[in-house]
Amino acid sequence: MGKDIREDIAWAQINKDVLASVQSPRKLYWVILFIALAVFGVGIGCEVMNYRIGLGVSNMDNPHVWGLYIATFIFWIGMSHSGTLLSAILHLMHADWRKPIYRFAEAMTTFSLMTAGLFVAVHLGRLWQIYYALPYPNERWTWPNFQSPLLWDAMAIFTYLSSSVIFLYIGSIPDLAICRDNIQAGWRKKLYSILSLGWEGTDRQWRNFRITYMTVACFLIPLAVSVHSIVASDFAMSQQPGWHVTSFPPYFVAGALYSGCAAIITLFVILRYVFKFEEYMTLPILRKTVRLTFAIAMVWTYLNCIEFASAWYGHSQADKAVLIQKATGPYAPFWWSMIFCGSVVPFAMMVKKWQVNIPIMFAVSLLLNLGMWLERWMIVSPTFAHGYYPWSWDHDQWPSLVQWGIVFGSFGWFTLLFMVFCKIIPSVSMYEVKEMVYHRTLAKKKEELGLEGGH
Amino acid sequence: MSKRHILALYNDFDEAELAVQELRTAQIKGFNVDDDLTVKSPIEHPEVERMIGYKPIRVQWFTLIGALTGGILAFSLIAGSQANFYSQMKGGKPIVPIPPDMVLTYEMFILGGVYITVLGFLICAGLPARRSPLYSAKVSEDQIGILVRSDESAAPALKDIFTRHKALEIQEEAGK
Repeated sequence: MGKDIREDIAWAQINKDVLASVQSPRKLYWVILFIALAVFGVGIGCEVMNYRIGLGVSNMDNPHVWGLYIATFIFWIGMSHSGTLLSAILHLMHADWRKPIYRFAEAMTTFSLMTAGLFVAVHLGRLWQIYYALPYPNERWTWPNFQSPLLWDAMAIFTYLSSSVIFLYIGSIPDLAICRDNIQAGWRKKLYSILSLGWEGTDRQWRNFRITYMTVACFLIPLAVSVHSIVASDFAMSQQPGWHVTSFPPYFVAGALYSGCAAIITLFVILRYVFKFEEYMTLPILRKTVRLTFAIAMVWTYLNCIEFASAWYGHSQADKAVLIQKATGPYAPFWWSMIFCGSVVPFAMMVKKWQVNIPIMFAVSLLLNLGMWLERWMIVSPTFAHGYYPWSWDHDQWPSLVQWGIVFGSFGWFTLLFMVFCKIIPSVSMYEVKEMVYHRTLAKKKEELGLEGGH
Repeated sequence: MSKRHILALYNDFDEAELAVQELRTAQIKGFNVDDDLTVKSPIEHPEVERMIGYKPIRVQWFTLIGALTGGILAFSLIAGSQANFYSQMKGGKPIVPIPPDMVLTYEMFILGGVYITVLGFLICAGLPARRSPLYSAKVSEDQIGILVRSDESAAPALKDIFTRHKALEIQEEAGK
């Protein structure tokens, strides 16, 4: 297995390495950026078609009124989960290994939430009439329904997005000051000077920083859980077969954590290579992330079984029929692929040798994410296809290329935002890596002196 | 009386700690150790608190006020709006239903808490701030800085302490 971050690495070297990688990444960075831009362009083209020709081109009709848009919305919301949540939980647990990877995980949260938000707008269709949905006093008597999970959802996502941005920003201030002090004059220097707020690392600043960061982390954990529970309520509080399940909130939270962790592995591999972070994003950190992902995969598998058991033994013929439809109907190949990717593929993570094999883990993480996207699609569409009444069934409606194009485009949009962010803000936290090195050096010293407390 | 600023840079945290200890015990006239001493470091050293003495942190008060205000504001606004919904048919259900309203109250409780905590952080940490009279970029790299402010008369004694504790560099008044 590869080595962990060296204890004897000079702190000045950490600044130098990270800043150099931000300024001159490998050429692959530009290739990824170009591809992302092209893919995003496809999405924009499809959306323009939607507006010019009409929503009919997306092939969304009764009963398939949510289609891929809402499934992908849930996927992106889920993806956002692990970044901030894991960062906050591991921060409170003083897990040092999070330090080199938490910044990009938090950025992932922010940008996936922004991508998810797009789907609400896309799903609404005629965006220029969005003000109809806004709850403000008006003459049309469209009162906001405060009892609706959809309204809770909007509020929860807004709270999560703004709190995640704050958490990401507050945690970056000391690093922005490092950038300000080390980058040559230019637009970057001006940007860093503004964003670092005049940070100088005084004892007063650090003291208040520590408490603030910890407090926001404490808020974020229940917030993150509530966000996905509320997304689950969009389904579970309805009477639709296949959705009205008590275990949906924990099932959604587990699924969100799962897809988020898988995405962290994917981005870990990409950033490690593109920004030459081999020294900091080490293989032991990858191993820990992989183990965590495997544990969450098993929780998700267990909750899946519970969901199936509730439908099977719940004496609701409609629920049972939807489950049978999923396993044997036109959605069967996708449903079984979901089971394979989500519950079988993770067993590759049990092989110790593979846990630090970058190509294998990269492929596994992509398959896991495919499984998690399929999971969201398999929650949304089969229920619409096979509702309570046979005359409302429609098993053959297939999303049009416009829908697929917009889903595809969202990956380009996310990648574009994420890669631009990583080029501007250091995706490895320099001051926290220094703290990690400092704590390890102290522990080593204590061990050498035979004192207790070394770890 | 005009004030003088001196910044001493140390490579070693232990040496900086010894210098601060001496500053605290030296009783130099024209230099108040509680108000005029600032330690700058590239990382958060928990030991700094022990070094310079415990100082209260008030950010949590902002958190408490922000969270409570957020929660109360949310419930009042929602319940207030619902109370104006008499014109709507409620089918015998309560006009202000407590359980569903708690969800938004909870979200706003957190939102208020987070926003006001950040405001508290900015106020308590004195941010945004102008650069202090003396600043060295090495502090954001790997060195510990001890910044003192004193009367003219106290400056030689302070510099002497820094020199005795092997400061790498001593800057006065105009920083780099």
